[in-house]
Amino acid sequence: MSTLRYTEEHEWIRVDGDTATIGISPYAQEQLGDVVFVDLPQPGKKVEKGKEVAVVESVKAASEVYAPVSGEVVAVNTDLASEPAKVNSDPLGQGWFVKMKLANKAELDGLMDQAAYDAYVKGLH
Amino acid sequence: MRYLPLTPTDRQAMLVRIGVRSIDDLYRDVPAKARRDRPVDLPSHQGELEVERAIGAMAARNLGTAKAPSFLGAGAYRHHVPAAVDHLIQRGEFLTSYTPYQPEVTQGTLEYLFEFQTQVALLTGMEVANASMYDGGTACAEAVMMANRVTRRAKAVLSGGLHPHYAEITRTHAHFLGFRVEPPPADPDGKENLAKLIDGETSCVVVQNPSAFGHLQDLKPLAEACHKAGALLVVAVTEVVSLGAIEPPGAMGADIVVAEGQALGNSLGFGGPYVGLFATREKYLRQMPGRLVGETKDVDGRRGWVLTLSTREQHIRREKATSNICTNSGLCALAFTIHLTLLGEAGFQRLAALNHAAACRLADKLAKLPGVALLNRSFFNEFTVKLPKAAGPVVEALAKRGILGGVPASRLWPGEKSLENLLLIAATETNTDADMDALTSALKEVLA
Amino acid sequence: MNTDPITGTYSGNRGLQIEEPLIFEQGEEGRCGVDLPEPPKVANRLGGLARKNPVGLPGLSEPQVVRHYTRLSQKNYAIDTGLYPLGSCTMKHNPRLNEKMVRLQGLADLHPLQPISTVQGALELIDQLAHWLKTLTGMPAVAMSPGAGAHGELCGIMAIRAALEHRGDARKRILVPESAHGTNPATAAACGYEVDPIPANAKGRVDLEAFRAKLGPDVAGIMITNPNTCGLFEPDIVEIAEAIHGAGGFFYCDGANFNAIVGRVRPGDLGIDCMHINLHKTFSTPHGGGGPGAGPVVLSAALAPFAPVPWVVHGAGGFDLVEHDPRKQAFGRLKGFHGQMGMFVRALAYMMSHGSDGLKQVAEDAVLNANYILASLKDDVSPAFPGTCMHEALFDDHFLKDTGVTTLDFAKALIDEGYHPMTMYFPLVVHGALLVEPTETESKDSLDRFIEVMRGLAARAKSGDAAYFEAAPKLTPRRRLDETAAARKPVLRWVPGSNSAKAAE
Repeated sequence: MSTLRYTEEHEWIRVDGDTATIGISPYAQEQLGDVVFVDLPQPGKKVEKGKEVAVVESVKAASEVYAPVSGEVVAVNTDLASEPAKVNSDPLGQGWFVKMKLANKAELDGLMDQAAYDAYVKGLH
Repeated sequence: MRYLPLTPTDRQAMLVRIGVRSIDDLYRDVPAKARRDRPVDLPSHQGELEVERAIGAMAARNLGTAKAPSFLGAGAYRHHVPAAVDHLIQRGEFLTSYTPYQPEVTQGTLEYLFEFQTQVALLTGMEVANASMYDGGTACAEAVMMANRVTRRAKAVLSGGLHPHYAEITRTHAHFLGFRVEPPPADPDGKENLAKLIDGETSCVVVQNPSAFGHLQDLKPLAEACHKAGALLVVAVTEVVSLGAIEPPGAMGADIVVAEGQALGNSLGFGGPYVGLFATREKYLRQMPGRLVGETKDVDGRRGWVLTLSTREQHIRREKATSNICTNSGLCALAFTIHLTLLGEAGFQRLAALNHAAACRLADKLAKLPGVALLNRSFFNEFTVKLPKAAGPVVEALAKRGILGGVPASRLWPGEKSLENLLLIAATETNTDADMDALTSALKEVLA
Repeated sequence: MNTDPITGTYSGNRGLQIEEPLIFEQGEEGRCGVDLPEPPKVANRLGGLARKNPVGLPGLSEPQVVRHYTRLSQKNYAIDTGLYPLGSCTMKHNPRLNEKMVRLQGLADLHPLQPISTVQGALELIDQLAHWLKTLTGMPAVAMSPGAGAHGELCGIMAIRAALEHRGDARKRILVPESAHGTNPATAAACGYEVDPIPANAKGRVDLEAFRAKLGPDVAGIMITNPNTCGLFEPDIVEIAEAIHGAGGFFYCDGANFNAIVGRVRPGDLGIDCMHINLHKTFSTPHGGGGPGAGPVVLSAALAPFAPVPWVVHGAGGFDLVEHDPRKQAFGRLKGFHGQMGMFVRALAYMMSHGSDGLKQVAEDAVLNANYILASLKDDVSPAFPGTCMHEALFDDHFLKDTGVTTLDFAKALIDEGYHPMTMYFPLVVHGALLVEPTETESKDSLDRFIEVMRGLAARAKSGDAAYFEAAPKLTPRRRLDETAAARKPVLRWVPGSNSAKAAE
């Protein structure tokens, strides 16, 4: 059973055993506007929790995407190169960015679940 | 004062609306130590006539290329600019318009920049070009920094035939950004072997073609050597008219081409403003600095243009920008593009042929002078001669005779004894036979 | 023949608004806009590198070329057309005397590498301009070569780092207010420094306490714009200068807003170490559709030895140009040749025309005009900060709350009214910012008309007519353009076989 968690920087992470899929939340894509380009890392890259793992660009902004947990990149969503709009249309599904092998599952504990994240977003305005 | 529309009555009414007694009230945040009770110590205002006289007097103290036969190149070239160019760039909607951030009211600027980008790509034989940089030298430094980003390496090899200003600017950036540049020994004979300097840490090799000494070389072998080592080939062109006669860098394997565009549309102007050209392969597009204009459609479905890929630039990425650049050389790029449009294919190739023919004629005349040796087997419109004595004083002596006879190598490579007697000479379509004869006989006199 | 679905005309033109294809779509072989003589037949000495293929350039005659660029120009807004309320850009009138002077024989035709003895007048001109810049700013030295404002910023920070390296202490951080223009952090990074942001206080100025807390022995300097990007004078500027000097760092001042204080306040008296001056802002050199500019940098005595080459010196024998520093302290070269001479001539003509009395009036009228707009609009458009401003007035999008109209939409509606929009969404410290800088060359009538239009649009937004704003502009040569598509699938040049400009199916 996969669990969906969120960070305060609006990344989501869905864990399946030892691997996790990462993307940006529906709220984040709405704030960004039309996504025009996603700069993804190379598979094999090691990332630390809270450090930059990707960059997502709209026409008027570029945002760093931070790794919610530490680990190693095992796959990236190559579809985004030709169809960056997937980040807008299906941010939790086909608009995924990176798949990672987790280094330390305990890091997931600090992340928000759906209810907590929804409350957090509400409080932002 | 002719540029200030407000009258004393206006000012008074405005102060009332604002709700302050005097203009000084609006400067109340200025610290006491910086407040002044009298104007700054400079002359008071003057009418046009007086300003014209003052600046005219400074202009009159110079001996320019319009009056004196001139054979100077070394990065800036005297060409005839058709009369229509200067008229068109002075239209107020070009001259006094701002950067095209609001595309609905700047389609004029955006369309000509799109044409400019296309022309630059065509001239250099590359896939994509930007909307211009400050000048060729800064474009060269930006190219090296881009090569560093693309290859994730930090060492650039520079040719000894690269214009010293381009090399110096690149070295300045290298020092502050912490990448390495091999200081190149000057290569007046065009014999250096750059391929052996490439290794697994090299991000790029920068070569100029025609070189600063005028030599032409086929860059294909060097391009292959670079690519084999995972490095990029950056080619600099200081005289764009050469591209009308010789193979473009793109056809020889260049990855980035930078150039000085001054030769087309822009007067010599004592060194600036000029216009830098920058072109590269499509796959490196997002690493390219500078503004870019892209085609798109509006809500009515009509074709139009916008500034695009702005997320590379400083106003969005801030400290992560590809460069801190905020501007391009708009009006100079416009002059370039209008001139090239007037020339067209036939005119551009013919202009290049006239330049080469002029240089060939002059080279022959000079090589006949006793003690003067031509160093170049190949050249476009600029070549190097070796004189029997130091070239610097020779050029001064020629100037006293009213002739601007080339650039001594010592001006660009000071303190290099082996280059002391070398003189860089350019000939363009503006040099008549009478000019060339004047140079030849004056040089003969001076060398005697 | 069918009429164009949008214009209703057969040609697709709309009166004086004429559709103009690209030069590549109208070229023909056999046409040329110049007459050049037949080149003599010579054996070429191109080393076997003669061009094998044509470049691919189109052939047009002179009448076509003149018509093409004239039509393009007619699609542009310009200062000559109307008010440009662009904050921090200082879009003042560009005097035509400047254009005449720069084209004088004896200036326009000088090659940069001519013998120094033949260009004494040119060096004198640069020296004169340097004198004006130093005197107006109260600084002892100036680096003339940077080619633009951002280039001048680079020069200033490089000089600071060179001075620190000379002391054996390069340091690591540069402090930059969050309200700063994007070039500031980009410049600091380009010089190898880490950028440390300082927040603004509720009054829109640098938070002095936050600034002091960030000071340390690893701070190389601070970059401050004064007046700042909110259009406000930093009242604590002398304290900031003293504090940064006390910590062993340097004070870089971004001179983009010099127009507010020129002739009235000398930044040197405030304690700065270097300041770039945008000749294309304060000193009227034309914006040219995006450039060229010029960004000379005035320097304190501490930084002067590290200025980049070249520089003009005035000796007993006349003027000389130092292109290689004999003391080897200059941090290097930043630009080809000597700097933007064409902008020097224009700026000097402007300065001489105004004189010190005129320049002081420039600053005062600029500040007066901005405050007049602020005072006239403050009940209709929400000011970002209370009180008066300097040469630019900052508003936020509070007045648009619950209208469904964004700052962007509001600006696009302004275009249909015949105005270029003001600066939007900058500075970032204010939500939905609208930054208005009229400059001193706008008459009171011009301001009154602008104010009326702004009031009208604000009222219209508040009345709930969001649809009007979303559809704007309607009257321009092109309406809103699809920037997303342009970025997703970049088309950056014409290629043979592209479609010509017709409406999509």
